Amino acid sequence: MQTMPEPVPSDTPGDTQAHKTADMPRRELAVVPKRRLEMQEHVWADKIFRSLMVLCAVALLAIVGLIVAELIKESQLSISKFGFRFLVKQIWDPVNEDVGALPFIYGTVVSAIVALIIAVPLSVGTALFLTELCPQRIRGTLSLLVELLAAIPSVIYGLWGIFVLAPFLRAYVEPFLAKYFGWTGFFSGPKYGYGMLAAGVILAIMVLPLIASRTREVISAVPRVQREAALALGATKWEMLRMAVLRNARPGILGAVILGLGRALGETMAVTMLIGNRAEISRSLFAPGNTLASVIAGEFTEAVGNIYLSSLVEMALVLFVLTLIVNALAGLLVWSITRGMPSRALA
Amino acid sequence: MLNPRQNIALHRRLQNGLALGLITLAMLVVTVPLFLILGTVISRGIHGLNWSFLTQIPKPIGEVGGGMANAIVGSMTLLAVASLIGVPLGVGAGVFLAEYGRNKWGNIVRFTADVLNGVPSIVIGLTAYALVVVVQKHFSMLAGSVALGIMMIPTICRTTEEVLLLVPQSIREAALGLGIPKWRTILSVVLRTASSGIVTSIMLAFARIAGETAPLMFTAFGNQYWSKSVNQPTAALPLQIFTYAVMPYDEAHQQAWTGALVLIALIMFTVIFFRFIASRGAIKGAS
Amino acid sequence: MEGAGIHVKDLNAWFGPKQALFNIAMEIPAKKATAIIGPSGCGKSTFVRCLNRMHETLPDTRVEGKVSIGELDVYGKGVSPVWIRRRVGMVFQRPNPFPTMSIYDNVAAGLKLNGFRNRRELDVVVERSLRHAALWDEVKDDLKKKSGASLSGGQQQRLCVARGIAVKPEVLLLDEPASALDPISTAKIEDLIFELKKEQYTIVIVTHNMQQAARVAEFTGFFLLGKMIEFDKTEKVFTNPSDKRTEDYVTGRFG
Repeated sequence: MQTMPEPVPSDTPGDTQAHKTADMPRRELAVVPKRRLEMQEHVWADKIFRSLMVLCAVALLAIVGLIVAELIKESQLSISKFGFRFLVKQIWDPVNEDVGALPFIYGTVVSAIVALIIAVPLSVGTALFLTELCPQRIRGTLSLLVELLAAIPSVIYGLWGIFVLAPFLRAYVEPFLAKYFGWTGFFSGPKYGYGMLAAGVILAIMVLPLIASRTREVISAVPRVQREAALALGATKWEMLRMAVLRNARPGILGAVILGLGRALGETMAVTMLIGNRAEISRSLFAPGNTLASVIAGEFTEAVGNIYLSSLVEMALVLFVLTLIVNALAGLLVWSITRGMPSRALA
Repeated sequence: MLNPRQNIALHRRLQNGLALGLITLAMLVVTVPLFLILGTVISRGIHGLNWSFLTQIPKPIGEVGGGMANAIVGSMTLLAVASLIGVPLGVGAGVFLAEYGRNKWGNIVRFTADVLNGVPSIVIGLTAYALVVVVQKHFSMLAGSVALGIMMIPTICRTTEEVLLLVPQSIREAALGLGIPKWRTILSVVLRTASSGIVTSIMLAFARIAGETAPLMFTAFGNQYWSKSVNQPTAALPLQIFTYAVMPYDEAHQQAWTGALVLIALIMFTVIFFRFIASRGAIKGAS
Repeated sequence: MEGAGIHVKDLNAWFGPKQALFNIAMEIPAKKATAIIGPSGCGKSTFVRCLNRMHETLPDTRVEGKVSIGELDVYGKGVSPVWIRRRVGMVFQRPNPFPTMSIYDNVAAGLKLNGFRNRRELDVVVERSLRHAALWDEVKDDLKKKSGASLSGGQQQRLCVARGIAVKPEVLLLDEPASALDPISTAKIEDLIFELKKEQYTIVIVTHNMQQAARVAEFTGFFLLGKMIEFDKTEKVFTNPSDKRTEDYVTGRFG
């Protein structure tokens, strides 16, 4: 860009004259040169800058468009061969080109649900502790610890799961569950350590920080007057939390949980290392299973034959749609809250 | 006789104590895995940490020694190239949303960013496979970087928008009132005021992708040797950790733990380093 | 450069569907201070923001009419708002120094960001501007060390004045510059206005404080509900207004 300063501009009438006739104090100030400028120069610069920013936004749209297009295009073969039955079939025989996604959908959903059952009470408890009970002094440190949990890579969770968590589950937790809750049918059969339960536990640890931090945001947003109103009625701390905080924050917490669900559904590495990778549906959580993400990770580079490959892409498509629905649900919930507090918030 | 009012009070007090106790317990339980995981990674990883781990490439299983130098360099290059893709696009889209996107188009972009944020990393890996690997006809570092770069965009975009909106309107008016063009106002005043927030968002995105393994499996693919260009498959720390973790050999497991230690250290070091740079750059001359 | 006069004709402004200014016509004389007074919400801020085309930076706004500064048609075809704003300095209601820039960079910002880079001359301009804004003595020791946001409110506002006059504008717009300040800082800002008048600036100051208007301005315009009710010599407006509504306002009967 042209930046040469010119001491005496002459692009406005009166300017030159004014400069020459300026009285003393004005002259002292008049060291400021003004570079000559084209009136339209920055108009163009503004337009170019704006276009660049728009381009970035368009790139974002294009990327998502490409993801959807590629998933649909590459799974055509599988969709046309298996049709809707793909989603409800339990067969996994890629060599003979006969596959169904049901065991993987089942594994994905069940491992995520197990994770939520463990993670939700813990995250809500953590969030309540950090916002309501925690002494100011250690609040920063404790919340940093929870955030750090989110910074640990998935593959390290998997590594730890293989060598620490799975043996621990096999030696202590699974015998205990089998002994006291075996009658439910959820905790029976051989105790490998690996399996749906291990995957659920590791997923729980991984989604915990996400749910906890969102829940904290929601809880902190509950107005102070609500708390004070409850306390003024003679409520104990817990009653105040239940009446004023949790009740108001419920839709937001639900949003946080659904967001955690979305993350759990798509998580790959730690699950693939712990779930046992067997395409079967079993009632017992001790049994190995498999998930959509995990089967793609495990078999995509080894897959031979177009049908096999295409069916794996269709799994990715199913996973994409699943997470899309879940995230949209969470988004809708958040939207319905931020759009304006529902009247119940005042109750 | 029992005073009924006292009775209720006792009952409520017990309930209160129990509930608060459970909440505190939840907090304690949550910190346990963190200490367990970090503790295990450090105690097991430290044994294998030596000069040759950082300077040599892997040796075949059974031979003593060998390291992950190629994976460390591979990871760094992957992340650098990914940042070259993800940071400008993410910040640009964030600027669009904050400065030009207060309308229907902005809402569409915002929604799309949230969708992309929710797309599982493995699906993004598949897309990068279809877009880069299939076109190039071989696995490559470039494909891995594309996958990771795409993953950075939504985080950076939405956080950038948030911090830009935190910059008071009066600051923009001050600049516009001085006759500074809008593009210059955004670059030199608004983005600068928000710079520490934007650096934080980049760090968040960086931490998110630094340990990603799934999208690299069929893009960067892994490599036992040095890779010489972005068009070759490359080793990456997370991939190498995964490969060693699922092998049935103790030496391999040792390498995996040490790799995990190095990976965590690398992430922490980068985050702290860039925070430091950002905090130093905060008060410097204009433009 | 000398202060230029401002000529306003048939000026209308809108926020969305709501009209904020109705057919304003006014001749603001050069090299004098003109005060705009009126109850809050009467459109006085909107009016000065129309003079340097700041009104249109807000979303969903519209301006019609004619404004010229000296010979320059502000809303003329092909006239860039950026160009207008370089010739018109503006000080806002709340001090708004750039928080990440040092004191020095704040004052130099208008020049630097417009591409002026001569270090030595910048030093001169910064010192002169700060001297004129009566801030030099208070900040000269940590010009480049302290951020503009670290100053007190009154100092920040004087810093904003220095920033505004560093680009050597022909007109200086002050939008309630003292409303967020304590009395001592307010007095300093008023002294400053007298100094700037000596420098031949054309000054337009919006204020809800009638004493302030009476003290600093030669001319005064009274606004009510988006219309200009009266515009005359300050003395006349305050002692012998020709409109009943002006009289009610200046005698404190409403507003």
